[in-house]
Amino acid sequence: MECTLDAQSLISISLRKIHSSRTQRGGIKLHKNLLVSYVLRNARQLYLSERYAELYRRQQHYPDGAPLLAMPACPPPAAAAPPELAALPLPADTQDREARSCAVVRGGAELLEGPVCAAPPELQRAPCRDSSPGFYRAAGSAGPGGGGGGSSAAPGLLYAAGCDFGTGGVPHCSSRTTVLDLDTHVVTTVENGYLHQDCCSQCPCCCQPVAGLASPPPAPGTKRKYYPGQEEEEEGVEEGEPGGGGVAGGPPFAPCTKRARFEEYSAEHPQDSSNISNLISIFGSGFTGLVSRQQADSEQPLNGQLCGKQALASLGAWTRAIVAF
Amino acid sequence: QNKSRPHSRGEYNVYSTFQSHEPEFDYLKSLEIEEKINKIRWLPQQNAAHFLLSTNDKTIKLWKISERDKRAEGYNLKDEDGRLRDPFRITALRVPILKPMDLMVEASPRRIFANAHTYHINSISVNSDHETYLSADDLRINLWHLEITDRSFNIVDIKPANMEELTEVITAAEFHPHHCNVFVYSSSKGTIRLCDMRSSALCDRHSKFFEEPEDPSSRSFFSEIISSISDVKFSHSGRYMMTRDYLSVKVWDLNMENRPVETYQVHEYLRSKLCSLYENDCIFDKFECCWNGSDSAIMTGSYNNFFRMFDRNTRRDVTLEASRESSKPRAVLKPRKVCTGGKRKKDEISVDSLDFNKKILHTAWHPMENIIAVAATNNLYIFQDKIN
Repeated sequence: MECTLDAQSLISISLRKIHSSRTQRGGIKLHKNLLVSYVLRNARQLYLSERYAELYRRQQHYPDGAPLLAMPACPPPAAAAPPELAALPLPADTQDREARSCAVVRGGAELLEGPVCAAPPELQRAPCRDSSPGFYRAAGSAGPGGGGGGSSAAPGLLYAAGCDFGTGGVPHCSSRTTVLDLDTHVVTTVENGYLHQDCCSQCPCCCQPVAGLASPPPAPGTKRKYYPGQEEEEEGVEEGEPGGGGVAGGPPFAPCTKRARFEEYSAEHPQDSSNISNLISIFGSGFTGLVSRQQADSEQPLNGQLCGKQALASLGAWTRAIVAF
Repeated sequence: QNKSRPHSRGEYNVYSTFQSHEPEFDYLKSLEIEEKINKIRWLPQQNAAHFLLSTNDKTIKLWKISERDKRAEGYNLKDEDGRLRDPFRITALRVPILKPMDLMVEASPRRIFANAHTYHINSISVNSDHETYLSADDLRINLWHLEITDRSFNIVDIKPANMEELTEVITAAEFHPHHCNVFVYSSSKGTIRLCDMRSSALCDRHSKFFEEPEDPSSRSFFSEIISSISDVKFSHSGRYMMTRDYLSVKVWDLNMENRPVETYQVHEYLRSKLCSLYENDCIFDKFECCWNGSDSAIMTGSYNNFFRMFDRNTRRDVTLEASRESSKPRAVLKPRKVCTGGKRKKDEISVDSLDFNKKILHTAWHPMENIIAVAATNNLYIFQDKIN
C-alpha cells in the first residue's frame, strides 16, 4: 500500500479528481472538492518550497547573476543554510520568474529542514520516504521554531529582484476572476491585482510575455509567469497554523498559511490566477494533457517540470474556480 | 472479567421495501440529481403507523409506513375481483365484513419538502418538539415544520459573499434531544458550533464553538481531510456529543469547548496510508457513529467490514467483523485484531490485507436493548447480546 508522497504526483492526482468530479453523477460535490483543494494547496506549498530551495542552491553556483535555466527540481540537501539568502545578489534578469519569489525567503530554515526526498529529483517517483509530517514541515509551514529565520531578509530580496513591489506591493495591473454563484446564477467578475505578464514588461527585470496557460508547455528556458510568492508577500502576517505563532508579528513573510489565504482573500491581494479565458481553455482541453506530461517526465524532465509549473502557477485559480462552480 | 459483550446473529426478515426517491434532472442547471438516500430519520411514534424522513441531495420526503392485515369483503357494488357488478343483478344488500389477510406493509409519501437546498443535503434531524425538523446542506441549514412543505426558514448560512473565500462547509447537524431550541452543526474543519434559536432568528453566530487545537507534529498533506467531521450525535442524556472524523471518535462535554473529554482511535494504523487512501478516494468515506441507550458505549465502523465498540467506563474497546464467514447464527463473534507492524500473530490481519471496499459506514444501536444493526455493503447484520 505504499505510494509516493512527492508533491507533484499529489498535484496531478488531485487535478484528476477535480476533473472527474465535474462529470460525475449528482454534480460537483462542494465538500469533496474543497478538501481536494486543500491537498493541492499543501502539495503546492511543498513543491514550491523545494523549488525555491533548489533555486537558492543554484544561486550559490552562479553568484555572478547568470540567468537561471528553468530548473528541474532537485530537492535541496537538508543541510543547506538559509541565512545567506539575505546576502544573495539576485540576477536582475532571470529567465525563470519564480526566482524572484519571496517565498524563497519565507521561513528559509523550515524549507530545508524537512526530510524531503534526498536524492531523486522530485520528478521521479520516489518511494514514500517519510510519513507526511516531514514533508509538510518542509513546505515552510509554521513548524516548531516559527518562521522568523529568513524573513528579515525578504524585503531586501524582493526589491533586489526589481519588480515593483515598493509601493506597498500594489501591482501594476489587474486581472479578473469570474465566479458563478450557484444560488443566484449571477456571474460576478472580480477585479484583482496581480503581477500580470503585461505589466511586468514595464519592470526592468521583467521578461518576455509568458505563454498563455492554454498553450503547450514552452520549451525549456522560456520565461514563465510568476505568481505564488507575491501573494504570500502581499498578505502579510496571517493567522498561522497552530504552533506557528513563533513568527514575530510584522514580518510580511510569515510562514505560508494557505488557510488564511482562503479566508482573507480580497480584491486587493494579488493572486495567482489568470484570467477566465485561460481557465476555460484549460477546462476545455482537460487536465489530462497536463497530467500526462507531468508523468512523462522521466524522459523529458524539463518539459515535465514546466508543465508542473504551468499547473502550479494557476493552481489557486483552479481550486477556487472549482469551488465556485 | 468484564469482557466486551459478544454478539450473535438473530434471525430477521425484510419488513418492507419501497422506492423513496427517483433520479431527477434539474434542467435549469443541467444537473442530474441522484436518487441515492443520504439520511433517514424516524419520527417518534404516535400511533400504529411509523413515520420517517428520508432525503437525497435535494428533496426530503416524509413516509408513512403502516400495516394492513385485514381486508374488507362482501361489497355490494363490486366483485371480489374488483369488477363492477351489474346493478340489475343486485338483489340483496349485505354489510361488508373484515377478514384477516396476509400482512401487507404499505409505504406512502405524505409530504415532499423540495426546492429548499442549493447544495447537497447531508443531514436531517427531527426536533424534540415533534413538530419541526432541520435539514442541512454544505452551506445552509433550514428549519421545517412537518406539516408545511412550501416554506422553510433558513437558520444558518455560512456562504461567503465571495465564493472564492470559502474555507469550510457544513458536514452534519443535529437537534439537541431535549432542548428544542438548541442544535449543533459540524464543519469540514473539524469544528462544532452549538446554536440557540432563541437568541436570534439567524444562527450564523454560534453560542458555543468546539474545537480541539491541531497537533502541529501530525501535520500532513491530508490534515484537512482527516479532520473533517463526518457525523455528530448527541448522547441520549443530552450532556455530551460525539463527533467522528476519519481516524477517531471524540466525545465532547457541552460545557467544555476547548477540547473533547474523550478521544478514541478507530484505526490509527491508517495514518501512514493516507496517501493511498487519498488515491483510491477512501479518505473521503463518511463514517457514522452512535451511542448505546445508556451512553456508556459508542460504536462506529471501519474497513474490512470491521466495526469498533468503545466502553467509556472501562476504556476497553473491541473490533468485530460483520461477515457471513465469521458469523454463524447464534455464534459468538470473535474479536478481531489488526496487525500494525512486526510479526503478524495468528488470527491477526495485516493492514495491507484489509479490504477497503468493504466499509461499514452506518451502524445503529437499539435505544433500550443491546441489539445493534450494522450495514455492510449489500447486507444488513443484526447482532444482539447473548445474555438476552
